[in-house]
Amino acid sequence: MSWTYPGIGHNFPDVASRSNTVTAPRPPRAAAARPGSVYRSSVGKKAVMAVTGAILVLYLVAHMVGNLKVFLGRADFDHYAHWLRTIGEPALPHRVFLTIVEVVLTVAVILHMWSAVSLARRARRARPVRYAVRPAAREHRYATHVMRYGGVVILLFVIWHLLDLTFGAVNPRGGGAEPYDKVVADFAPSHWYVTAFYVIAVIMVGLHLRHGIWSAFQTLGLGRRRRQRGLRLFAGTVAALLVIGFVSVPVMVTIGVVS
Amino acid sequence: MGMKLTLKIWRQKDGADKGRMVPYELEDISPDMSFLEMLDVLNERLILDGEDPVAFDHDCREGICGMCSLVIDGTPHGPQRATTTCQLHMRHFQDGDVITIEPWRAGAFPVIKDLVVDRTALDRIIQAGGYVSAPTGSAPDAAAIPVPQADAHDAFDAATCIGCGACVAACPNASAMLFTAAKVTHLGLLPQGQPERYGRVTAMVAQMDAEGFGGCTNTGECTAVCPKGIPFETITRLNADLLTAARRS
Amino acid sequence: MDLFTEGEPIHDTRAPDGPIEERWDQRRFGGKLVNPANRRKLSVIVVGTGLAGGSAAATLGELGYRVKSFCYQDSPRRAHSIAAQGGINAAKNYRNDGDSIQRLFYDTVKGGDYRSRESNVHRLAQVSVEIIDQCVAQGVPFAREYGGLLDTRSFGGVQVSRTFYARGQTGQQLLLGAYQALERQVAAGTVEMFTRHEMLELIVIDGVARGIVARDMVTGEIETHTADAVVLASGGYGNVFFLSTNAKGCNVTATWRAHRKGALFANPCYTQIHPTCIPQSGEHQSKLTLMSESLRNDGRVWVPVAKGDTRAPGDIPEDERDYYLERRYPSFGNLVPRDIASRAAKSVCDEGRGVGPGGLGVYLDFAEAIARLGRDAVANKYGNLFEMYERITGEDPFEVPMRIYPAVHYTMGGLWVDYDLQSTIPGLFVIGEANFSDHGANRLGASALMQGLADGYFVLPNTISDYLSGGPFEKVGDDHEAVVAARKTVTDRIERLLSIDGDRTPDSFHRELGALMWEYCGMERTDEGLRKALDRIRELRTEFWGSVKVPGENEELNQALEKAGRIADFFELAELMCVDALHRAESCGGHFRAESQTPDGEALRDDENFAYVAAWEYTGEAPVLHKENLEYENVKMVQRSYK
Ligand SMILES: Cc1cc2nc3c(=O)[nH]c(=O)nc-3n(C[C@H](O)[C@H](O)[C@H](O)COP(=O)(O)OP(=O)(O)OC[C@H]3O[C@@H](n4cnc5c(N)ncnc54)[C@H](O)[C@@H]3O)c2cc1C
Ligand code: HEM
Ligand code: SF4
Ligand code: FES
Repeated sequence: MSWTYPGIGHNFPDVASRSNTVTAPRPPRAAAARPGSVYRSSVGKKAVMAVTGAILVLYLVAHMVGNLKVFLGRADFDHYAHWLRTIGEPALPHRVFLTIVEVVLTVAVILHMWSAVSLARRARRARPVRYAVRPAAREHRYATHVMRYGGVVILLFVIWHLLDLTFGAVNPRGGGAEPYDKVVADFAPSHWYVTAFYVIAVIMVGLHLRHGIWSAFQTLGLGRRRRQRGLRLFAGTVAALLVIGFVSVPVMVTIGVVS
Repeated sequence: MGMKLTLKIWRQKDGADKGRMVPYELEDISPDMSFLEMLDVLNERLILDGEDPVAFDHDCREGICGMCSLVIDGTPHGPQRATTTCQLHMRHFQDGDVITIEPWRAGAFPVIKDLVVDRTALDRIIQAGGYVSAPTGSAPDAAAIPVPQADAHDAFDAATCIGCGACVAACPNASAMLFTAAKVTHLGLLPQGQPERYGRVTAMVAQMDAEGFGGCTNTGECTAVCPKGIPFETITRLNADLLTAARRS
Repeated sequence: MDLFTEGEPIHDTRAPDGPIEERWDQRRFGGKLVNPANRRKLSVIVVGTGLAGGSAAATLGELGYRVKSFCYQDSPRRAHSIAAQGGINAAKNYRNDGDSIQRLFYDTVKGGDYRSRESNVHRLAQVSVEIIDQCVAQGVPFAREYGGLLDTRSFGGVQVSRTFYARGQTGQQLLLGAYQALERQVAAGTVEMFTRHEMLELIVIDGVARGIVARDMVTGEIETHTADAVVLASGGYGNVFFLSTNAKGCNVTATWRAHRKGALFANPCYTQIHPTCIPQSGEHQSKLTLMSESLRNDGRVWVPVAKGDTRAPGDIPEDERDYYLERRYPSFGNLVPRDIASRAAKSVCDEGRGVGPGGLGVYLDFAEAIARLGRDAVANKYGNLFEMYERITGEDPFEVPMRIYPAVHYTMGGLWVDYDLQSTIPGLFVIGEANFSDHGANRLGASALMQGLADGYFVLPNTISDYLSGGPFEKVGDDHEAVVAARKTVTDRIERLLSIDGDRTPDSFHRELGALMWEYCGMERTDEGLRKALDRIRELRTEFWGSVKVPGENEELNQALEKAGRIADFFELAELMCVDALHRAESCGGHFRAESQTPDGEALRDDENFAYVAAWEYTGEAPVLHKENLEYENVKMVQRSYK
């Protein structure tokens, strides 16, 4: 007998379907765990993401505190920027500390993204056929979309940001200018769109971290039922403080408080 | 008198068939029926009309065997919280509703027919280490192993998993983390589970990955649909154990 | 034509003589063992993965036998044992409240209304102690007290607190323990697992069980599996009533096929009917849900005094309510045993005083308990049960009284086995609810789980070695004529079912058969009713084979075909149940014959004429009755009374 549905209406062509076969070979029994293989497991990748994310968060906190020195005036801010390059001297040669930080951050960002991308690809493979109906937006929209697409926005922002303030390539004042001038030039009232982009990007970072910091605690095995509210609050607060701290500089420049 | 409903049901002849959504009209559905009884009514009619009845998994029909499934309007086990499909009743729907019914969707759960999927991957995760090695006859007296009540309580919460796979179906990553974590937590919290604790978690996670489930990203969708309300905390506990295992090896 | 004929009596030849306490030791000592190195060469098929089958397959695998395990669900973890709520008995005497193996033995024999075998029950009580140890070692999370030690409660009206429990999910937790042990053996390679496989025939060669025919429920392939011994652990047959607390897939096929091949079927009419289930809400009802018996500790059972009173319960004044259990059984009140509470509910409903849709229900009212203990205390004790009730009925028991009605719950009958749990076909062992052995005419609460695990973990693995030590057995090829014939029986039957192409669905026949059985072979049975039922069952069976419609084909997942096959076997079983109920003209345990009651309407046993196990032989026509006489050396037979 053939598979027919006599007398029943149309089919729904809108459902993307790639069929899975039942006769697919039995998945291999996982090899006995070797040391180190844990980090290549899905849970291990997530731990890499959490640790690198934590490094980035700590960096952002330090970075933000430094940024706020803008409000102390040109001399303090430039001095601070200069100091960053001379930490450890004379024991360390000029700019070595900063270079170490930059290398660590670069590695962290790369590992972080590598984990994120490989988990996203694994997720895609894990659901070859999509649902026809999606549930009303719930928490997971946030945890997947904001984290993944938001992460890409953040990456673009970081690239622009480095080109702008570190290398000066896209800064109106060029690479050779003093930091304070670069900042003021960037966010001058006439450049309000730069400020807007910056603010949006920082808010993305905030959203990323609101979930990310909480999530990192879970990933590292530190969440417990009784701690959940506290952790949510902590993540939210850190994220909010970072957003406020970062946004305040360009906004103040744009509205002319800092010039 | 009863309700009139339109069902849109995923029909797929077998694993090789492409599958499609097919609409059905039903009349006179009593609000006292369970969701599966409503499907029974449809199937009785399909048989008499010479059509192929809709295949769906079920057995106990009292929310404990974990056999029933169905993604109803996008939510595994349907709209009522902490309730399996077999315990869902039609009084939660309105006259004139259009209800979409799909199978669990995950690469590791291939469709066998219509709404029936193959969940043996979950058994293989248990085979990898979801047990205490206690051959029959080797046990000491039961009272020789006291368990603090709080641990017994948390272990129990984790042990109530019915292995239905709704967590996988709901997870945007199609991850089997909640299922795996429930067993790791149940055994990891009890003294009997200690000797094998770290080997167990490593092997079970490796098997979970080998089956092709996605990785967990702490979305929490799983607990939201879990009919037994397996706490999210179990996932954190699994993470902690796995990292300890990595450090120890 | 006679309904049955009587054959030679039958004896249990395996139980050793001597003091009852020593029999199990004796038997273990007397049985032959299999050298560990030879176990690998011996194979065993286990059908069923419930408490009995799961624990047996795991243990046999641990011992080193090659095991093939079968279940019809998609995972062994889903066997119906998973649904047991209440608990499991064990004579641990952790409470120091006077419990002992002797007392558990005594309570079980008495609870079974003196229709079980002393030797078996005593062994069960002995082994109960080891079961708890084994389960705890596996990590079964039994309830614990603050000090971390195991908690127990008293259950089913016994005076000692010997029931171990895991919230309201004891069966689930015990089964998961067995399931995990089983999966460990699957990983170790000693057990091969066949899920979504249904056993449809037993292979018997030269009078000895050598394998099964099973259908792969995904592809429809008919497979033959041979082995040196076959163990059936396929559960109970309560689904012959269509509506029962059993899972939808529970069936008699495995044991019935073995019966047709020569295994005697014992006491098929002994059915346990549980008093506290949620009543049917309409024609569409597909199964019934049990509400824990513990509700009767605080709930009061009543119906209106007047017939056909349709007022809302709250509008019926106190003096127009009949608290019939308290009235009829002043000393036990609402806590009378299951069979008595069930029958009382039926009789008030028969009088037209039932409540709810169709008048098939009685109130279980918590108003008094809420007033006495406070809403919080009641919620603490019964909160999750109230929720479950509300989920199903949409009514809140805090506001309106619950409605309950009895439902089929457990079947004490099953394949006849000796002390070794071996059926009358050598090499065929039967364990768990599928055999008839330990509960007599009525099962006590929390003792089915005990029996399943006793059989699977401890009894069968010891007794089967005596049989297997007779090996090595001759290899059986797939082309052996008996194998080919068994396979052909199965394919012929499937072809026949598919080719009828009539105009009634399998379920419609099942519903009709169930209603018939409930009416005439349910809570109360009469000679006249049973004869009527027998005629009607035969007619219906003929109609089934003439006009059932099974759509689709064999070579696919075909749930209608699965059902039709099971229903076909239920028809044959139903007949035997009625014959058994008809021939047993006494009331005992779950079997109440209206003709045999005391002047005030209580069950009246007839030990003179019926103190035996009725073991039935299949002939294709009138079955042959073989009686196994029951002798009580350690317990004195008395009439139960709960007035
Ligand atoms: C709702 C409910 C509550 C209960 N509560 C309690 C309680 O509190 N305490 C207590 O002691 N008892 C209780 N009982 C009784 C007890 O649960 C059962 O008697 C016991 O679990 C039966 O176990 P089993 O292993 O014999 O069979 P089951 O657990 O029924 O297992 C049967 C197995 O056989 C397989 N099978 C069946 N037919 C076939 C076939 N043809 N081919 C292949 N495989 C097949 C099935 O797949 C399954 O794996 C309860 C029963 C019910 C229904
Ligand atoms: C300023 C830079 C960044 C910081 C401070 C940061 C921080 C974090 C933290 C703390 C987490 C939580 C880890 C965990 O759940 O265990 C996280 C997760 C994540 N990050 Fe980042 N991240 C940054 C940049 C990026 C970028 C550039 C991407 C994009 C490619 C990205 C993508 C993700 C994703 C997808 C997650 C996973 C979400 C989840 O696990 O729930 N992040 N990030
Ligand atoms: S964790 Fe919950 S949703 Fe997942 S399998 Fe277990 S019971 Fe089902
Ligand atoms: S059918 Fe058993 S949980 Fe739904």
